[in-house]
Amino acid sequence: MKLVLKNGYVYDPANGVNGEKMDIFIENGKIVEEVSGAKEIDCSGMLVMPGGVEIHSHIAGGKVNTARLMRPEDHLRNVAPRTSVTRSVCGYSTPSTFLTGYAYSKMGYTTAFTAALPPLMARHTHEELHDIPMLDKGALTVMGNNWLIMHYLSEGRIEHACAYAAWLLRATKGYAIKAVNPGGSEAWGWGRDVRSLDDRVPHFDITPREIIRGLMEINERLSLPHSVHLHPNNLGRVGNFTTTLETLELTRDVKPSRERQVLQLTHAQFHSYGGDSWRNFSSEAESIAKAVNSSDRLVLDMGQVVFGDTTTMTADGPMEYYLSSLTGLKWANKDIELETAPGVTPFVYSEKSPVSGVQWAIGLELALLVESPEKVMLTTDHPNGAPFFTYPKIVAWLMSAKSREEVLERLHRAAQKNTVLGSIDREYGWSEICWVTRTAQARSLGLESKGHLGVGADADVAVYRIDPESTDPARDYEAVERAFSATALTVKGGEVVVRDGEVVKVVSGRTLYVDAGVGEELEREVLKDVDYYFKRFYTVNLANYPVQEVYLTSPEAVKVDSGVR
Amino acid sequence: MRVTHRDVVCSFCGTLCDDIEVDVEDGRIAEVRHACRIGTTKFLSASRHEHRLLKPMVRENGRLKEVSLEEAVERAAEILAGAQRPLLYGWSSTSCEAQSVGIELAEVLGGVIDNTSTVCHGPSTIAVHEAGFISCTLGEVKNRADLVIYWGANPMHAHPRHLSRYSIYPRGYFRERGHQDRTLVVVDVRRTDTARLAQKFVRVQPGRDYELISALRAVVNGRKLPMDEVAGVSREDIEELAEMMKSCSFGVLFFGMGLTQSPGRHRNIDNAICLVRDLNTYTKFVIMPMRGHYNVVGFSEVLSWQAGFPFAVDFSKGYAWYNPGETTANDVLQRGECDAMLVVASDPVSNFPKPSVENMLKMPIVAIDVHPTPTTMVADVVIPAAIAGIEVEGTAYRMDVVPLRLRKVVEPPEGVLSDVEVLQRILERVKEIKG
Repeated sequence: MKLVLKNGYVYDPANGVNGEKMDIFIENGKIVEEVSGAKEIDCSGMLVMPGGVEIHSHIAGGKVNTARLMRPEDHLRNVAPRTSVTRSVCGYSTPSTFLTGYAYSKMGYTTAFTAALPPLMARHTHEELHDIPMLDKGALTVMGNNWLIMHYLSEGRIEHACAYAAWLLRATKGYAIKAVNPGGSEAWGWGRDVRSLDDRVPHFDITPREIIRGLMEINERLSLPHSVHLHPNNLGRVGNFTTTLETLELTRDVKPSRERQVLQLTHAQFHSYGGDSWRNFSSEAESIAKAVNSSDRLVLDMGQVVFGDTTTMTADGPMEYYLSSLTGLKWANKDIELETAPGVTPFVYSEKSPVSGVQWAIGLELALLVESPEKVMLTTDHPNGAPFFTYPKIVAWLMSAKSREEVLERLHRAAQKNTVLGSIDREYGWSEICWVTRTAQARSLGLESKGHLGVGADADVAVYRIDPESTDPARDYEAVERAFSATALTVKGGEVVVRDGEVVKVVSGRTLYVDAGVGEELEREVLKDVDYYFKRFYTVNLANYPVQEVYLTSPEAVKVDSGVR
Repeated sequence: MRVTHRDVVCSFCGTLCDDIEVDVEDGRIAEVRHACRIGTTKFLSASRHEHRLLKPMVRENGRLKEVSLEEAVERAAEILAGAQRPLLYGWSSTSCEAQSVGIELAEVLGGVIDNTSTVCHGPSTIAVHEAGFISCTLGEVKNRADLVIYWGANPMHAHPRHLSRYSIYPRGYFRERGHQDRTLVVVDVRRTDTARLAQKFVRVQPGRDYELISALRAVVNGRKLPMDEVAGVSREDIEELAEMMKSCSFGVLFFGMGLTQSPGRHRNIDNAICLVRDLNTYTKFVIMPMRGHYNVVGFSEVLSWQAGFPFAVDFSKGYAWYNPGETTANDVLQRGECDAMLVVASDPVSNFPKPSVENMLKMPIVAIDVHPTPTTMVADVVIPAAIAGIEVEGTAYRMDVVPLRLRKVVEPPEGVLSDVEVLQRILERVKEIKG
C-alpha cells in the first residue's frame, strides 16, 4: 500500500516542522522518504498532523461496562444504524465499543490507552479493546492498592516488587503502571479512605507516600517505556492541592531511567483545588503549574470539565461513594479482591454551579499556565470530566481567549472570582495543539513511532479541513471546533479509514503491552509468593489468571530488558 | 492412556469453579475431581454420545430428517433472513464468542435478541438501572466478610460449592478461622438446606419480601417499628437482624430468584440495593445476585459493550432499542409479533409460559444445542454444537463478573462444530441473502 498526501500544511513539531507545505509519503504502513507510483490525495489548504494519541480515557473494561449497564438512558443518545461498513452504535458518556473506535477515528485519533485495568478483570478489558476498531490500543495496569506490591514495599524487598510488577504487566497484557488513590482503595474494603500521604493503610504496614515512591522506584528500575501514571489521593476534595504538591515533591528523589518524566499527574484538574469548604472552593492551578514548570520530571494531563451530563468512573471507590452521597444519584461499586476498588456514579456539570464553573476554569488554566506544551496533554479523563466527544471544543478554547471569555461570562461568578482564567491571554497555536493532542502523549508513553511524521513513524495521519494560513483561530474558533470534530482524512497504518467525517474502512489496530524481563531466579522466587497468594486469597486459580494472547488484536509486546536480577 | 487436565473451568453454574481436574482416557472423560455432583455429571455426560445431538436435521413433511451441515445452515439462514421479526433467544449456556456472533446476527436481521435472564435475574438488572449496584468480587467476601446473608436463594442445591469456595467456609486473609469468623443468615419462605446451616433463619411470608426489606431499612435508619411484626417476622427479629447488619465489619447480601421472581420483582431488588446503600453509612456492605447459568452474566456484558443494553434488545430500527416489558422475549412472543425463532443453548419450550410456547409452535424454529430438548423436538432446523468448556474454548463471566477462559479437554463428536462456527456460517449466508 502506497499513498502520498500532497501539499498539506504539515505540523510535526517533534521534527521541527511547523506549518510547512509538504508531501507525506506512505508505504507499507510507515512514513517513508519518497514513493513512486502511489495514489495521491490532494491536501492543499488543509492541516496535516500525526494521528491523535489518547493517553487516558476510560473506554474498556469492568467499570466502563458497569456504567453502561447502570445507564441505559445514556444509550438513547448518538444512535445510528448499521451501515455497509460499520456496526450500529449508541451512547454518549458510555458509548459502545464500536462507537468509541469510530468516533475517535473521526476526530483524527489513531491510538488510545484505556486508563485503568484491574488485573483480575484484565481479560474483560481486552475483550472490549478487541471490539474497539480503528485504533492501536493499550491499557494501564492498576497496582496502587495491590496486596503483594504493598507487602513487598513495606518489607523493603524492592527487587521482588519489580519482578512481580513485571509479571503482572505480562499477565494482564498491560502497558504501564497505574496507581489510583494509593492505599485509599484498599481502605475502602472496610468503607474507609486515606486522607493524607502519611495515613497508614489499614492492616498493611505502609503509607500512600511509601507506595507512590515505591512504584516510581519499581518503574525506573524496570526502565519501562511510560512513567508511573498517578491518580493521587484526595481526588475531588476541597483543598486537595496540598496533597498533590506533596505528591509531586516525591519525584525529586527519583532518577529517570529514560528520557522522560518519572510521573504523569493524571486528570490534574481534579487535584488542583483550593479553599476549605465548597463555599470558598477555588483554583490552585497556579501552584500546580508552578511545580510542573520547575521540574523536568513531571507531565500532566488536563482532566478538563465540559458542561453537561456525564458518568464518573474510577478505581477510587471511596471517592465515588462520596460523590454519590453529595448528589444522591445511583451508585455502583465494584471492589476487586487484593487489587482495587472501582466505583461509578452519574454527574451533571452545570454552568449555574459555582463548583462546576471553577472546575471548568482550572483545566484550562493548567494547560495555559504550564509553559511547555510538551508537558501538557489534552484529556477529559473521559468520561469523568466530559465525554471525549468534547475534545474539539477544548481545542477551540485553548486557541481562543475570546471563546473562553464567552463561556466565562455565562458562568456563576465564582468562576471569575476564584480562578485567574480571565486574566490569561495565552492562545495556543497549531503546533501547541499538535503537542497536547498527540506528540506529548506519544513521548510520555515512550511510543517512538507515534506522535510524529518522521521517516519510520507509523503512517497514522489526520488531515483536518481547515486552512491554517488563512484562519485566525482566536477569532474563528467555531471553525476550529468544526474542523477538529470530523477529519477530511484519517489514515491509519497507511490506509484511509475516514473520509469527510465518515468511516470508510474498518480496521482493527494493534494491542501494545510491555514485556519486561527480570532475572530468572528472582522471578521463580516471586512466583512462589504469587502462587501462595492465589492458593490462599484469590478465588481463581493462578493458571486461569494471565490473559491469553488470543484476546488481543495483533498483539505487540514491547520488550524491555530491565537488568533487575 | 490417561491424561489429567487441571485448572479446568466448570461450565455449569454461575459459580464458575475453576479448580476442576478432569482425567481423559482414550479421548473420553473418565473421572472428574473437585466439581460438585451437578458439574461432575455435566462433564461425564459429554462423552456419552447417546445423549447428544450428533447430526444436523431439517424438518420435512412433519418429520426431522438428517441432512448435511451445509443444508441445515442454508435452511436456517433462509428461515431467519425471510422473517420480518425474528427472535434470537437463549445464549446463557454458551461462550461470549458465540454471543458476540449472535448479536451481530440479530443486528443484520433487524431482530430481537434476549437471553434467559429475561426469566431469572432480568429484574435485578432493571433494579440496577434504578438504584445502582454496590458489589465486589467473591474474593472480597472470602477475605473480609463476617456477615453473609442468603435471601431467597438456596446455594446448597443450586450452587453447591458457593459456600465452600467463597462465602462461609474458606479461610480468608482477615478471616483466618473460616466459618468460625463468620455469621450466616438465611431469609427464605421455607427452611431450606442452606437455612439449616444458618446461625439465624428468618422465615418471610411468601410474596412479602419488599415489606421486610422496607422494615429493615426503617430500623437501620434509626426508626422504631410501630407494629409487632412485618411479613411474618417479629419486630425483635427485624431489630436483631438490622443490628447484625449495622455492626458487622463487612456484610454481603446474596439474593436469588426468591426475590427476583416473587411479587415486587425488580422493586424488591431496588429496595435491597437501597438497604445496602443505607448500610454503607454505617459499615461496609455489598450485594450480589446468585446467577444461574454459567455465562448468563457474559451475555449482558457483551451486549452492553456492543449494543449498550444488557438484555432484551430490539434491532428492528437498525440500532439497539431496549424496553423490558416490550422487547423481552415473552412479551414479543405473547403479542404474536415473531415469525421465526433462533434458539441457542436453551430450552424455552420446557420453561416458557404456555401462551409463549403456543405461539412458538406456530413459527419456524432453528435450534442449536448439544443435546435433544423439547425445543429441538419441535424445531424445523436442528444443528448440533460442541460443548463450550469441555470440547471448545471460549470466555465466560462468573456471577461476580470475573471473566475466565473456558478450557477444552476432549474433542467434540465427529463432524460437530462449535456454536461459534455454526453461527458464523449462518451469519455469512444471511448477509449474502440480505445483500
